[in-house]
Order: sequence, then structure tokens, then C-alpha cells
Amino acid sequence: MKKLLFAMLGASMTMMAGATGAQAADTKACFVYVGPIGDFGWTYQHDQGRLAVEKELGVETAYQESVEEGADAERAIERFARSDCDVIFTTSFGYMDPTNKVAKKFPDVKFEHATGYKRESSNVSTYSSKFYQGRYIQGQIAAKTSKTGVAGYIASFPIPEVVRGINSFILGAQSVNPDFKLKVVWVNTWFDPGKESDAAKTLIDQGVDIITQHTDSTAAMQVAEERGIKAFGQASDMIKFGETVQLTAIIDDWAPYYLERVKAVIDGNWESQDVWHGMDHGSVAMAPYTNMPDDVAKLATDTQTKITANEFEPFTGPIMKQDGSEWLKEGEKADIGTMLGMNFYVKGVDDQLPN
Amino acid sequence: MDITQAVLLTIITASTPLLLAAIGELVTERSGVLNLGVEGMMIMGAIAGFAFALISGNPYVGVIGAMVFGALFSLIFAFAVVTLVTNQVATGLALTILGLGISGLWGEAFVGVPGVKLQPIVIPILSDIPFFGKLLFAQDLIFYIAIILLIGVNWFLFKSRTGLVLRAVGDNHNSAHALGISVPKVRYLATAFGGACSGLAGGYMSLVYTTQWIENMTAGRGWIALALVVFASWRPGRLLIGAYLFGAVGIAQLHIQALGFKLPTQFLSALPYLTTILVLVIISQNRRLTLMNTPAALGKGFVPDR
Repeated sequence: MKKLLFAMLGASMTMMAGATGAQAADTKACFVYVGPIGDFGWTYQHDQGRLAVEKELGVETAYQESVEEGADAERAIERFARSDCDVIFTTSFGYMDPTNKVAKKFPDVKFEHATGYKRESSNVSTYSSKFYQGRYIQGQIAAKTSKTGVAGYIASFPIPEVVRGINSFILGAQSVNPDFKLKVVWVNTWFDPGKESDAAKTLIDQGVDIITQHTDSTAAMQVAEERGIKAFGQASDMIKFGETVQLTAIIDDWAPYYLERVKAVIDGNWESQDVWHGMDHGSVAMAPYTNMPDDVAKLATDTQTKITANEFEPFTGPIMKQDGSEWLKEGEKADIGTMLGMNFYVKGVDDQLPN
Repeated sequence: MDITQAVLLTIITASTPLLLAAIGELVTERSGVLNLGVEGMMIMGAIAGFAFALISGNPYVGVIGAMVFGALFSLIFAFAVVTLVTNQVATGLALTILGLGISGLWGEAFVGVPGVKLQPIVIPILSDIPFFGKLLFAQDLIFYIAIILLIGVNWFLFKSRTGLVLRAVGDNHNSAHALGISVPKVRYLATAFGGACSGLAGGYMSLVYTTQWIENMTAGRGWIALALVVFASWRPGRLLIGAYLFGAVGIAQLHIQALGFKLPTQFLSALPYLTTILVLVIISQNRRLTLMNTPAALGKGFVPDR
């Protein structure tokens, strides 16, 4: 009798869920983060997007922060999938395989993976932003403002996203000064404020006078401020940590995309897709151009306007690979596959790409 | 300041929090208590140090706050493992998780706010010594405390009577108890000392190393400190070598990269761990001495017979 009662209760609950599934109040959007929401960088910006979803669409959200890439990620994603999340955003490159693996087991749940390229089932979407557009502008600014002609680059992991940023930065710099040099230091972590500041100090001690980073915290900016070295912020506007040294920062704005996708889930017209928006969609923004002469700020603004209007694309030939072989002919644009899987340096990067 | 000095200064900054947390844990473990909550106590010290310094506007209030909060937080652990005799490993892990959680919650208001930096205290005359003066005698208060603590702990453990009592409790709590020593009292104090040191190490992170509050900013340094204690076979002197070696290799590998040497960066990142373990294992080769230094009652709960 008891068993029957439970069975009936279960069945009626399933029916109820089925009937009201398409309402905002019933939709649950879940987020898996690689760092803490208080990193004031990458994860912080994703969480701002989540808060926008909660506020503007009135849906329930949940998140788990500081989830290691790898086996831990699979557990975290699967737990969300089981706890009636309708859509799960996995916000780091290293969640690519775990996301696809879990997605196959839960065909009714939608999965959105940031910065990856694998969509192995029809309930997986990938999305990213063209941050490299901002890096090109930073490269131009760096080449204009640097006295030593050498910039330091704090890099996290040798994945396409990071490599693309380095390449775009050097291309921008070379467009101003063909002899511009870049020192790259890999810290092999997304988030370790201490190590990031050590890397910044190391680069400054070795004579760079511009610091740029592809790691998640504000530590490097603060070292730059203490040492009086110009620097670029990452993921969010870090001007408070570098009032006299921040030149600009690339700001990730995920809110428009998250709103659009969660709304699609509510409306029932979500489909697997691969989007790569840039400045034209407002998902990549630049912090104000500060601490630089007016002509440099003007150059930066001009480039930004051109990129936003899709009149200019940083990866346009002629571009040579690091070994001197030709990659893109005059006027040729990089195809999206090569862009997303970029695993080589362009000419001018003085570093060996780790495997 | 030339580049060698600049590099050494970076190394000192990177190593000091490890040294501090490790000294505290060494004393705790010598009393027979294995506290795996170092990371949690450190992060509590980091948030407390940051918050107290920012609110009062005085970094020294932050230093005190970091120590007090580290110690208070460790007392939760002490109450569980000494009074309630819970499993030390599990309780320590829980303490770390608790610390990371609470600090994240309390710290929410401080994200994105620049902190108050603890400025160096330049010691006259000594700081004029060529080369080393600027490195060792123009440092901040926490660095001086770390060095004084290291010397003090070494003396305390091996030259003082109270230190002997502490080691006795760590080696054989039943005998110590039979001699009329209050095992719980010794362990409470040793744990609180470890907590204060870990808290101070965390305070160093948020007041000197990176003057800001970022969630989880200790990023695993507590675990490295724990490992250092074991590999230093519970000897303060070796701890000094281990902590600074770890810091030095960590900074050196960044310089190797920036200089453009084409070595695999994954290997370079692992180098500090490999070298430190290797060197300390070689130093601690004498097995008999190592066994003698290992607190025999480490990790064992004490329940008096009657």
C-alpha cells in the first residue's frame, strides 16, 4: 500500500513537472565555476551573468565554485544534472570532456560549455567570446607606450584560448612596432594570487615595462602599481588595483548571452549551437583607456571602432607562423577551425609553446 | 637594488608564509596532534588580517587579528580532537573546508577592494650592511616574527623544560599522563600556537604578499606547509631550508622561463616540489634519527585510563 502511494505520488509529481516545465518559476539554471566567485576576474564575471539571469528572468539558479578541471568536474556537473537543473553552464575549457560525457547521460538537460569546441550530442552548445579582439588593441597600446620594447605576458595553460590571446597581442604590437618583443611566463594555474604576483615581479625584474596577464586574479595588477609599471586588467575592470598604471582591461560580459539562452530554455526553443560573439555583440568590452597619451588612446579607440563594426579582424594575413612559414596570405582571414584549435605561435613570440 | 637582490626579495616573500605555517604545525605535531586544517586556518588569518587592517586603517591591527583568528579557529579543532577525541585526520580536513567556506562568506564585501599594506620596518645600521642589509633588515614585521619564532621554537623544543614536556606528550601521552602532566592542556596550547602561526601566515598573504582579499587566496600553501613538516622530519632548522628552497626554486623557474630557456613548463612547475622533497629526503637519510624525531603519538587520540 505504502509502495503504491509513493508510486502514485511520484507519477503525479512527474506529470506536474511536465505540465509546468515551460515556466520561468520552474526553470533552474546551474553554473559550474573553475575559481571562486570572489576572484574579481573570470569567475566573478560569469557570476555577474548568473545574477543577471536570476534578477531579470526570475529563475532559480545554483552554482558550484572552485571545481577542479577533470574528474571532480564530472561529479559536479552530474550532480547538477540529477538535481533538476534544466540548463547547466560549465565555464572553463577543461570541463569540455566531462560536460560532453554527462550530457550523453542526461538528454533532457541542456548543457552550455564555455570556450570549448566539442558538441558530441544535440543537447550541448558551446559559446565563447572573442577576447583576442581586445588583446590586439592591448598589443597596439603596449607597443606605443613601452620604452623597452618588451612586454611581459603571464599565461595560465597552453590551450587555444590563451595561445590566441598571445598571438593577437603580438600582432597588435607588431602593427605599431615590428620589432616588439614578448616574454611569456607560464604559471600553470588559473588562480593563485601569490604565484601570479611572483610572475609579475619576475617579469619586471627582467626588464619588461608592460604587464599583461591571462590568469584570473588582480594580484599582478597590484604588483604593477607598486612598481610603477603599466599593466592591462583581465576579465574585469581592475582600475582600483592599478589607479596609476592600468592602461585598459578586457571586460567579459556574459549577461547578454546567459539571458538569451536561459530564455530560450524557458520558451522551449533552445537548440544546440556554437556561438562566438565579440565586440559587435557587446560580450567583449574595454575598460576606459587610462594612463596613456591622447594619441595612443585615439589609436586604441579607432581600432576598437573598426573591430566592433566588423571592418577589421586581427587575424588577417599576411601572417607568418613562429618558424617563419606562411600561415595566411595577404588579405586572407583565418578559418574558424584553426582559430578555435590554435596550437602554434605567430612570428615574433619569443617562447616555446608547451605541449 | 640590483636584480639578484630583487630576486632574493621575491623568494623571501614567497617562502615566508610557508615557513610560518610550518613552524606552527611543527609545534602542534610535536605534541602529538596532527592538524590537517592548516589551509583553513591560513585563509581565516588572511580574511581576518585583511578585514581588521582595512576597517581600522592600521595594518598592525590586521597582524594581531590574523593571529587571534587563526588561534581561535584552531580551538574548534582542539575541542573536537582533544576533548571529544574525534578522528584527527577527518576533523582537520573538515576544518579546512569550514575555513574556506566561512572566509568566502565573510569576505564577500571585500572583493575588489584594495587593502592596507604592511610597510617594512627598516632597522638602522643593520640595514646598511652591503647586499644582505636590504634583504634581511628592511623587511616587514611578520618576516621578523617568523625568524624569531623559528629560533625560539628550536630553543624551546630542545633546550627548555616545557619543550621537553611537550615532546613527551607527543611521544607517549600515557607516560606523560602518569607523570602528572595534563595532556589536554599541552595539546590545546600547542594547537592554538599552530593556529596563531597559520593565521599569521595567512595575514602575510593578504597584508604583504598580495595586499587584497581574494577568495581561496592561499591556494594550497597550507598543504605545502604540512608536507614540509614531514619532509623536514620535525626539525625547525630543516624547515627553514625546505621552505626557502621551495620558494627559491619556484621563483627560479619563472626566471628561467622569462629568460627564454626552452624547457617544458609543466616540468618547471613541478620542480619546486621535486627538489624540496629530494633535498629533505637526503638530509633526513638517517632512519634511526628520523624515527627518533617522529612524534610517536602523532594523530592518536588520548583517553585517560581513569
